[in-house]
Amino acid sequence: MNQTLIRGATLPDGTRADLGIRDGRFVDPQDVGASATVVDADGLLALPGLVDMHTHLREPGREDAETVLSGSQAAAAGGYTAVHAMANTSPVADTAGVVEQVHRLGRTAGYTQVRPVGAVTVGLAGVSLAELGAMADSEARVRMFSDDGHCVWDPLVMRRALEYVKAFDGIIAQHAQDPRLTEGAQMNEGAVSAELGLPGWPSVAEESIIARDVLLAEHVGSRLHVCHVSTAGSVDLIRWAKARGIRVTAEVTPHHLILTDEEVRSFDPVYKVNPPLRTREDVLALREGLADGTIDVVGTDHAPHPAEHKCVEWTAAAMGMVGLESALAVVAHAMRDTDFSHADLARVLSAAPARITGLSQHGTLEAGTGANLVLVDPAAPHVLDPDVHRTMGRNNPFRGTQLGMRVRDTFFYGTRVVADGALGAPLDFAEAGPWND
Amino acid sequence: MRHLLSTAQLSRAEAIDLLDVAEQMSHVSTREVKKLPVLRGLTVVNLFFEDSTRTRLSFEAAAKRLSADVITFTAKGSSVSKGESLQDTAQTLSAMGADGIVIRHSGSGAPHRLAHAGWIDAPVVNAGDGTHEHPTQALLDAFTLRRVRAGLPASGPHDGAVGRGLDGMVVGIVGDILHSRVARSNVHLLTTLGAHVVLVAPPTLLPVGVDSWPCDVVYDLDEAIASQGFDALMMLRVQQERMDEAFFPTAREYARRWGLTDARARALPADCAILHPGPMNRGFEIGAEAADSPRTVVLDQVANGVSVRMAVLYRLLTGQSTADRGREGQL
Amino acid sequence: MKQRTVLDGPEVRRALTRIAHEVLEANKGPQGLVLLGIPTRGVPLAARLAQAIARIEPQVDETALAGSLDITMHRDDLRKGPLRSVSPTSIPGGSVDGRTVVLVDDVLFSGRTIRAALDALSAIGRPAAVRLAVLVDRGHRRLPIRADHVGKNLPSALDERVGVRLQEIDGEDSVTITAAGGAS
Repeated sequence: MNQTLIRGATLPDGTRADLGIRDGRFVDPQDVGASATVVDADGLLALPGLVDMHTHLREPGREDAETVLSGSQAAAAGGYTAVHAMANTSPVADTAGVVEQVHRLGRTAGYTQVRPVGAVTVGLAGVSLAELGAMADSEARVRMFSDDGHCVWDPLVMRRALEYVKAFDGIIAQHAQDPRLTEGAQMNEGAVSAELGLPGWPSVAEESIIARDVLLAEHVGSRLHVCHVSTAGSVDLIRWAKARGIRVTAEVTPHHLILTDEEVRSFDPVYKVNPPLRTREDVLALREGLADGTIDVVGTDHAPHPAEHKCVEWTAAAMGMVGLESALAVVAHAMRDTDFSHADLARVLSAAPARITGLSQHGTLEAGTGANLVLVDPAAPHVLDPDVHRTMGRNNPFRGTQLGMRVRDTFFYGTRVVADGALGAPLDFAEAGPWND
Repeated sequence: MRHLLSTAQLSRAEAIDLLDVAEQMSHVSTREVKKLPVLRGLTVVNLFFEDSTRTRLSFEAAAKRLSADVITFTAKGSSVSKGESLQDTAQTLSAMGADGIVIRHSGSGAPHRLAHAGWIDAPVVNAGDGTHEHPTQALLDAFTLRRVRAGLPASGPHDGAVGRGLDGMVVGIVGDILHSRVARSNVHLLTTLGAHVVLVAPPTLLPVGVDSWPCDVVYDLDEAIASQGFDALMMLRVQQERMDEAFFPTAREYARRWGLTDARARALPADCAILHPGPMNRGFEIGAEAADSPRTVVLDQVANGVSVRMAVLYRLLTGQSTADRGREGQL
Repeated sequence: MKQRTVLDGPEVRRALTRIAHEVLEANKGPQGLVLLGIPTRGVPLAARLAQAIARIEPQVDETALAGSLDITMHRDDLRKGPLRSVSPTSIPGGSVDGRTVVLVDDVLFSGRTIRAALDALSAIGRPAAVRLAVLVDRGHRRLPIRADHVGKNLPSALDERVGVRLQEIDGEDSVTITAAGGAS
């Protein structure tokens, strides 16, 4: 019998407690036998395993950028026990076959729960709906669908997608970007783009799509998730929609909580990302939205790129930043001057994304649920060095940033996949049995 | 000054110094030996990722008049489309012994990246990057304007304008500001030198955020001509592709509202100089009367381009820091 | 600091008057003469020599006699030292072709400055003859160059500093020599 006793951990609410794990589930610590492995968690913060709603694992197709294995290891190292792998692979995850392949690769890796996201439209082309039902019924049991990287721009296609997934309580995650308003766009449109002469990416290109989509979701009574919200106006729109009772959830990335378009002055493509880095005013609005619950979750939008796609001039560089291994520390850093608590961190990084995506075994430390847990040293000052990260992507914009939090241990269904900051052995699914969603 | 990437980086003193050195360089073309030995034994690489015969020839002439060896590399499109990254290209040239790199690129920021990514040591001169900046064009414009301001011949050897700025001058820049690297470089430089810049353009061809620039913005050219008292008017070239992108309804309407028509040329103050970075679209942004007027200094701009680029190469490729020349202690 | 004055104001002025006479004598009159000062202090020295010549030969226009020759672009140490400012070159009458050019400088030391001046001059035109006038010759030549007209021969140690001050630039006329380590 596989048993672990975590002794003296600090819970998100600030209380101290022991946590018991047996056969992959949380149990009452009293019920853990004497043979249990004891982990001294004195001074460590215990959070439910983190859940990322927005991850690019690149496999199949771009194994030079990331694989399901390397991405899973990066997730574990960052404290994530579940990630949602976006559909913009090659081939696109728009059939049951591709999502099942990704699902199986995730189980084989065994470092985190890899949940494939299905494409909304065939080939992400925005024209005809992919076989959403087949993906939902597949072994991968897809519940979230997104054309991320592309906007479901046609309002009629968006309406149909929102309606259709109600049949299996699915959710459409929209990449809100009007394609016509952002043709050739390279950075946020404003004073900095005017000066640098880079084609601008206006806030309204995001906000107009969000405005349309929340109204569509209201009209058809469906669930909408807005990926990587980046502007103050978007926060206002979502706040308005929620007040109106529309079933919308929203996500922000760690980088949009700190970085601004001023970084682009360096012309260093590590700062090139979609949606683009915005202004200080937007950053402050996003923090406020995250604190007051308007924005439900932090999603990493972990987007690894090989060096040759970033070691070029700005205009030729790929968009995207990695984030799985720095998200927790970066979010804590971003929110350090607010009264954002450890409970809030647990909410936006674990409980809320688990709830939205229907992951019943994540997002909680309750006895009886899956023992998905991360132990964090909340006072571990360090300078971020992406070169030691497990992801294959080195495009982390926080290189050299002084951060305070560090992941010590990650338990994935009871298996200590990260121990004292080092990668441990993966979870063996042959022993663990089926996923417990 | 290690690189010349943007005119925003230039202080007034540095800008005037470059213009003054360019004045000295302007004498060379009339001398018996049209060459100075200052860059003898040094190699200047012209890296042109975007077609521009005029700018390339101007930089070549400048480097050769300073006795440098010149290697020119032209490749259309981005480095990526060639299957070679900017990094590899730069490092290859560096290995060949480039002492200075002049780069023209269709992507804004490419020269900045080349200068600051840690790939190479050589000084980098921005010869025009995307819609960002074209600092040597702005310097030659400022050089020409300074001559005009002093009532001197707009080009050719002369020392009368040495030491001066453009204080009090009112300069209009008309046309496609949004896509113009010339406009961006000129707004910074002319303002630094004391001129007042007025941008005149259709609202669709002004960048969002232009309100943070140190200049005035006017939509109506006739009103601007009537009220501003321009000392000089710079007409920008409107690229053919803009007409296809619906920035304005038709070429005819653009010419009618923002072109320097014969009537507008006559309405300008008598001593107002007319500049154009070339090549001109006659009958479109500039009418025949303005294009052929003696007030038009387009050819002077071209001549001054060589002097200014000589000054830039001289400043970047010799010496290490700004200091007064000491007579004592020289060996 | 050990500094001693080698020439005071009146002595500087007497030396220049003597050089003016020598220049006229060597040229057998003012015909075809042009005096080119090497910046910085050679320029006012050339102007003063022109004044002195005009006093001796009243038909001469002193402003048509003196100019300046910048040698910065012809120096052999451009890439070693700090950035050097460039001074204007002005040739009275516009051309040196067929004329007798007298290069004027304050101190003759290694000879490198004069080497650069000869190069600069040959890029401008082809004089009939070139002569050199200096206020002070302190020795230690590194190149086969000598002065035709010298205000004062001043034997010096290599590490001593010779300082020339002129009314037009420094507010007084003097030549001083300062021992090693005593420079201001």
